Amino acid sequence: MAQAPDLTAPKRPVSHSTLGRAQRWSWMFQRISGVVLIVLIFTHLFINLWWGDGINQIDFAFVAGKLASPFWQWFDFLMLTLAMIHGANGMRMIIDDYARNPAWRATLQWALRIATVIIVVLGTLVLFTFDPCPADADPSLLPSLCEDI
Amino acid sequence: MSPATTLYRGHEGMWMWVVHRTTGVAVFFFLLVHVLDTALVRVSPEAYNEVIGSYKTPLYAIIEAGLVAAIALHAFNGLRIIAVDRSTWALRHQRQLVWAVWIGFAILMLGFLPRHLMHAFGGA
Ligand code: HEM
Ligand code: HEM
Repeated sequence: MAQAPDLTAPKRPVSHSTLGRAQRWSWMFQRISGVVLIVLIFTHLFINLWWGDGINQIDFAFVAGKLASPFWQWFDFLMLTLAMIHGANGMRMIIDDYARNPAWRATLQWALRIATVIIVVLGTLVLFTFDPCPADADPSLLPSLCEDI
Repeated sequence: MSPATTLYRGHEGMWMWVVHRTTGVAVFFFLLVHVLDTALVRVSPEAYNEVIGSYKTPLYAIIEAGLVAAIALHAFNGLRIIAVDRSTWALRHQRQLVWAVWIGFAILMLGFLPRHLMHAFGGA
């Protein structure tokens, strides 16, 4: 395996105590959200991709059956917000690392912020305005809980 | 990031840093698309089923396996980074912990892949 190049000493040494408040928070947040996300995402994958019929079971009725319960609504909400903020915060650091030109960097950072807000708002609306039994839909595509209505 | 993170660059740590970045970016872009496809449940049952149906093809089965691999590597390596930052024991045992990440990854994929491929390619 090739050796990684030696790193020269940073011009301005940075340690935990000299990091700004915002950076220290960002660092803590990546770690705390990471630990919570492991539980959420592994559960998500286990239930949707491994349990039952795996990928074949996923259709409107399956999603409706899950999202009819407040438990999964809040579970998905937490997973959505934590994963998006964690991912966007990581992407922010990566853009800072590679985008050297200030105008280009600002453009990328704004594109990232806008995309993140849109996805979090859209995902949240979907989770909480979702109707598992739309009135005009083909009944054969709906979850069994709709029969009682 | 800032030079504060140079602690785990160099040697194995450097390669794991590349793995961590690449998987993090890949999962981020997946998540953007994933929220959009899930949003189709608000359009109509037919629209959602149609798009999700294409995720049940062999090509997508492979992509899904890659996604699970990326998430698993990022997650286990993330735990390693947290451990190395927090404890000097973990810092001294960096090499072994890199092995632990790959072994945990291998075990998870052995539990997941056969079942997923059976679902995707018929059989079970
Ligand atoms: C499954 C649980 C996860 C864990 C335990 C985890 C852990 C971590 C940790 C500890 C860091 C900070 C690394 C550092 O300071 O050098 C990090 C960075 C990052 N994570 Fe995660 N993460 C998880 C899930 C995710 C998800 C779902 C995404 C995408 C939406 C993501 C995207 C990123 C990105 C882009 C970075 C920045 C990488 C870099 O700066 O090189 N992670 N992750
Ligand atoms: C191939 C693997 C995956 C499959 C088959 C899958 C399937 C699904 C399904 C069926 C839903 C609908 C609601 C529910 O079941 O709770 C959903 C929602 C969701 N998934 Fe996944 N998922 C996968 C991977 C992931 C990963 C890796 C992440 C995290 C990075 C993730 C994050 C989410 C989020 C945040 C939602 C809620 C979306 C919203 O707010 O509308 N999924 N997924």
